[in-house]
Amino acid sequence: MTPSATTKTRHRIGLTQELIVFVVAVLLFLYFSVALNGFLSPENILNLIRNVAMLGMLSLGMAVVVIGRGVDLSLVAVMAVSLTLSIVLANQGYAFSTALALGLAFAVAVAVVMGFLIAYVEIPAIFATLAVSAIVYGLGRGVIASLDVNNIPDNLHWFLFLGRGAVLGIPMPIWLFAICSAALYLFLRKTGLGRFIYGIGDNISTARITGIPVRPIIILQYVISSAMAFLAGCATAASVASMNMRMVNSTLIYDVLLVVILGGIGLTGGRGGVRNILVGTILIGLLLNGMTILNISYTVQNLLKSTVLLLALVIDALLNPRDEQTSQQGDI
Amino acid sequence: MMILKYAAAALAAAIISTGCAIAQEGMADALRQPTLDSLAGKKVVFVPMSMSFDLPEGWAAIMEKEAKRLGYTIDIRDANWSTDTGTRALTQAITEKPDIIVVQNFDVASYARTLKKAEDSGIKVIQVNMKSSYQTDAFVGADWYGIGQYAANRMIEKCGKASGKSGKIAIIQGPATAAASVYQLNAITETLKGHDDIKIVSSQTGDWDQSKAHGIAQTVIQQNPDLCGIVGFWDVMDAGTGAAIQESGKDIYLITSGGGNKTACQGVQNGTFNEVISYDVEGQGRDLNNTIKVLLQSKEPAGSLKFALYTPNKFITKDTMSANSCWDLDQLKK
Repeated sequence: MTPSATTKTRHRIGLTQELIVFVVAVLLFLYFSVALNGFLSPENILNLIRNVAMLGMLSLGMAVVVIGRGVDLSLVAVMAVSLTLSIVLANQGYAFSTALALGLAFAVAVAVVMGFLIAYVEIPAIFATLAVSAIVYGLGRGVIASLDVNNIPDNLHWFLFLGRGAVLGIPMPIWLFAICSAALYLFLRKTGLGRFIYGIGDNISTARITGIPVRPIIILQYVISSAMAFLAGCATAASVASMNMRMVNSTLIYDVLLVVILGGIGLTGGRGGVRNILVGTILIGLLLNGMTILNISYTVQNLLKSTVLLLALVIDALLNPRDEQTSQQGDI
Repeated sequence: MMILKYAAAALAAAIISTGCAIAQEGMADALRQPTLDSLAGKKVVFVPMSMSFDLPEGWAAIMEKEAKRLGYTIDIRDANWSTDTGTRALTQAITEKPDIIVVQNFDVASYARTLKKAEDSGIKVIQVNMKSSYQTDAFVGADWYGIGQYAANRMIEKCGKASGKSGKIAIIQGPATAAASVYQLNAITETLKGHDDIKIVSSQTGDWDQSKAHGIAQTVIQQNPDLCGIVGFWDVMDAGTGAAIQESGKDIYLITSGGGNKTACQGVQNGTFNEVISYDVEGQGRDLNNTIKVLLQSKEPAGSLKFALYTPNKFITKDTMSANSCWDLDQLKK
């Protein structure tokens, strides 16, 4: 099929990946509603979203970077280590708000260094972020804390509220996810900076010729993603009253990529938005919740999840075929 | 008569010992020096799952103290949560020919061949807490079957017919192939046989991770509002399970197990756990030291002694908890 034919087909049926995923999600939802007792209860639906709120927030951060045609593999390390730093400082006697501010400062500092390496030294994002991820994790394990699970000090009820509390019957992590989504939506759609990120992701040379300050904006992308990682870390730490650096060794970063790609934000950059993340997150949430209720074993859960990722990649490749204009050096 | 006997004994003693002066200075222990000699300068390599959590940190602190006192060395090679890294560390250790390797297995299979290779090349191998399916010279660690049996019996007591509760329980396991998971699960299944009043509504793996345990517990509690109890397989992970129970506001009996670090006691104190079965890392540390010393002194070649020291469990509830129920890593390191 020639590219133009593909385009035609796509236009006629209007099958974007987002739509496919949305349809799959709706089908899964209907299936679980019928097949599983108690699935459709409001509590379970809230639970379902709550359990993927952290994943969703990380994915929002990843989305900003991927739209600008980058990738941030350091998200999980930044999340775990910046929060661990806050917790360790708090346990040494700092006020928790100060400790949190320092944790955030750490996350931003890492992002600036990483962004600099990518934007100015021009190291491909995948390698720069992978290396930084290892360094950050090493700092966390070697310098910041000796144990990988660190408990937050007792009696921090205001902080625990972020993870365990509820407002208007809706758990706080969902609020946090919703607020972040709204803020990022406005940023990407309504501000010039947001539009520039799309410009850079779509065609970096054109963006540069047009006069967009490409390099500083690339740094900004990583700052945003690190800040999102920090917020996601807050929600996680607050709900289990601790932070576990072992998360860095888990498959979480792949889950984040899964949400981004599944949602239909092409890795070629310049496409997609917050809505894609919401759709991707909901599908993963449905899968996880349904599989847990069905009592499917963890290994099989991973198998199913990975199969879904592979399918999403195949569909992505078919729907968004790469051509000479869009595949350039530094592509992943 | 008595006096005569004593006199004779005293005379005999005086003759056997070389003189009165030496007898007053005491007697040389003929075993002591050879024992010390057999330990000094020996080399022990420790390959833990990761030097980042309470159990290996505790064992290492206790082993290092004793090694320092007796003049042998403990080298720590961190597997850092990766069986690959661990296997490499073991292979590397085998080429270095230490006298003993102490290893904490991730699961029952991964290291089995490498451990056999170590024994074949003459290195004695001690497995700590997490067993491999391959039995080496010694095993020191938790009695997972006993722990599972106890937990299951507590569930029968707390949730069974006699309690008037629903009898629904959930299990949050570690990784499916870890020794802690397979042996405990087996014990729970065996113990619950014939107890139709107990129903396992969910048995999922939390993968030693709090957030995962938290998510699973939340879903299971929501799905089974009349859930009566949860058996968790590790206290550090079950901090997440406990948080989910507290959020639900329900009265669910959470029993878990762990090394008895102070966080376990804090958890019982603040109501995160109802009961912790502690396999007492301090006691395990002493068992480890004794096993190391026995194996270093033994003339038997590697792989000929096959023995196990199962740790006696401590049961920590609000009622049984005392000041010395738990240990503090900072104190152990001092």
